[in-house]
Amino acid sequence: MASAAPLNDDTARRNLRTGLIAFAGALAMLGLGYASVPLYRLFCQVTGFGGTTMTATESDAARAAAGVTGQKISIRFDATAAMGMPWTFRPTQPTDTVTIGERDIATYVARNDSDFPITGMATFNVEPEQAGKYFNKIQCFCFTEQTLQPGQEVIMPVLYFVDPAMLDDPNMKGVEQITLSYTFHRSETSQAAAPRSSN
Amino acid sequence: MATTAEGFDAHHDHGHDAHDHADHKPGFFARWFMSTNHKDIGTMYLIFAIIAGIVGGAISGIMRVELAEPGIQYLGWWAQLMGGASDVNTALHMWNVFITAHGLIMVFFMVMPAMIGGFGNWFVPLMIGAPDMAFPRMNNVSFWLTVAGFFSLLFSLFVPGGTGPGAGTGWTVYAPLSTSGSVGPAVDFAIFSLHLAGAGSILGATNFITTIFNMRAPGMTLHKMPLFVWSVLVTAFLLLLALPVLAAAITMLLTDRNFGTTFFNPAGGGDPVLYQHLFWFFGHPEVYIMILPGFGMISQIIATFSRKPVFGYLGMAYAMVAIGVVGFIVWAHHMYTVGLDVNTKMYFTAATMVIAVPTGVKIFSWIATMWGGSLSFKSPMVWSMGFIFLFTVGGVTGVVLANGGIDDNLHDTYYVVAHFHYVLSMGAVFSMFAGFYYWFPKMSGRMHSELLSHIHFWTFFVGVNVIFFPQHFLGMQGMPRRYPDYPEAYHFWHEISTYGYYIMAGSMVFFFVNILYALVAGKKAEANPWGEGATTLEWTLPSPPPYHQFETLPVITDSMDYHDHRPATA
Repeated sequence: MASAAPLNDDTARRNLRTGLIAFAGALAMLGLGYASVPLYRLFCQVTGFGGTTMTATESDAARAAAGVTGQKISIRFDATAAMGMPWTFRPTQPTDTVTIGERDIATYVARNDSDFPITGMATFNVEPEQAGKYFNKIQCFCFTEQTLQPGQEVIMPVLYFVDPAMLDDPNMKGVEQITLSYTFHRSETSQAAAPRSSN
Repeated sequence: MATTAEGFDAHHDHGHDAHDHADHKPGFFARWFMSTNHKDIGTMYLIFAIIAGIVGGAISGIMRVELAEPGIQYLGWWAQLMGGASDVNTALHMWNVFITAHGLIMVFFMVMPAMIGGFGNWFVPLMIGAPDMAFPRMNNVSFWLTVAGFFSLLFSLFVPGGTGPGAGTGWTVYAPLSTSGSVGPAVDFAIFSLHLAGAGSILGATNFITTIFNMRAPGMTLHKMPLFVWSVLVTAFLLLLALPVLAAAITMLLTDRNFGTTFFNPAGGGDPVLYQHLFWFFGHPEVYIMILPGFGMISQIIATFSRKPVFGYLGMAYAMVAIGVVGFIVWAHHMYTVGLDVNTKMYFTAATMVIAVPTGVKIFSWIATMWGGSLSFKSPMVWSMGFIFLFTVGGVTGVVLANGGIDDNLHDTYYVVAHFHYVLSMGAVFSMFAGFYYWFPKMSGRMHSELLSHIHFWTFFVGVNVIFFPQHFLGMQGMPRRYPDYPEAYHFWHEISTYGYYIMAGSMVFFFVNILYALVAGKKAEANPWGEGATTLEWTLPSPPPYHQFETLPVITDSMDYHDHRPATA
């Protein structure tokens, strides 16, 4: 087979080096694609991007309580069971008016309507999105997986406070109500526990 | 003006005729199936792109005929032909399969192979005075990976994809439709096809970067390179940095589908919006990948037929670099409606509009090149001027859509369809036809008919405008994209748009007749059929060029500028 005059060794070596550097660049971008998964999660958790709520400790709550001015805000509670999740899931009260900075407790009720045990995991966010970084949860049923026996009904509490820092944020101006929303999904890790097709 | 390299007569010393050696070709199978020759691989890429273009164009014809009237006319028939059930859901799924196949074929198997694989392979080595690509065998691997990807996509049409045969996810393959929403192997094959084509393109990009950095003729500095070579260099970097991100995203889709991961599934802690971020981090550079080589070709052609050096050479080169860089930080303007907060939208709106600046530099520089030039309206030139006009129209609607607020209203309407077809189906495609007519005599050694190519131009110009201009009206009236059916109110402009398709399809007859005519009866092309405006190195070689060129490298002397690379005539 005829081929072009072979490159001299020097050009061939330089080509190999440039080619490998370029290929390493492509591999780095592939790695970055995967690294974006944890980075994106971290970004949302830190900045409250897209209405991601904050997780707070008792001492954070105490600090926030020091900033209480007596102003109030309305919280709306929303609950959804994901498609294929045979649970009844609702808040015990649709709205509540709370003092900004004070600790409050809200409760949801979940009942397993199927005839086998199901493990669920709740995802959450708040609306409007810019409220995410001011909505702090101290304890929440959504932090862990929940297992309900057939027909079992439980009350699920969430302990939260709204950070008074929101009063200084121009983006929060005019926000009179924050909606806290949960969706219960069937836990992916416990699929084997029950047949998926039965509903 | 210039000299040939020292030792020009060197190969006469080998004791055989230089020209014979340069033109010695291997047998048919070895030449075309094991090819390592950049010109042969370029030719194969162009033929492949034309075939894929016929398939993708035929699919758009099926869609336009269906859309000519309200109601579902032909989809059921197609669904049954493809082996699907005879219910309305399968028919509607067929529609999704068509839009998916049309998008993927046109992007990955028509525009990219033609621009980068075809013209890039053919003319980058010729224009920089290199004997071949840096890695000729890898070049061959790139091509056959692309072909394998195409077959994987075609195969997906014949296996179950959930509601019916084929992958009906759209070219964006958004989760959760592409994960829990599409059972069956069709989507897996479509994703695999992207893996193959993507791997081919990454290898190709590596090859181009190495070739352009290391194999330029002596004296051909980066700032003396023809703009087409610049455009391919920038495109190669975009490919290299963007495609691996797509590869990561679609690999996550595959593992979500088949191996129980939950990258994009909220039930397992994932987020479907993350897929959109990853996809568009690739997807926006991808649209520049599709148009930048076109920019390069248009620059060569406008300069040639104005008989002037291109206006603002460095500005033109670095405008492409700027477009490439900024193209990586505007991706979320494709996702204004996923629930971005107002500050994020503000940033992406502003960043997107910034791209209009380097793009404007290019448009005005092309016009300034023509200004005061000695214009000749040969076929490549009319296609280039058509490109400038139509790409500008697409750019204007792009500036409209860049506004986060306006996009809330126009998102996923036919206005968007009209916008991206003006920049692709008219921008990219016009530049490809311009490049094709410009270089066809060089590639084949035969002249095409100027009359037929002018008829092709005018009928195509009318056809695509009649297709896509009314789609602006449809979009502003609220017609959503990706729907096979619509209320009577949208009938009028949809029908007009379909007539436009017939005109466009008819005009393609002139293109194919022209190629046949040229190959069978075309006049023999001279080394430089375009006259004194054509000053880059490919025109110093015979048409077609010898099988191996530049065994003695040309030398670009200090006295030569970015425009004229011809050796001094005695």
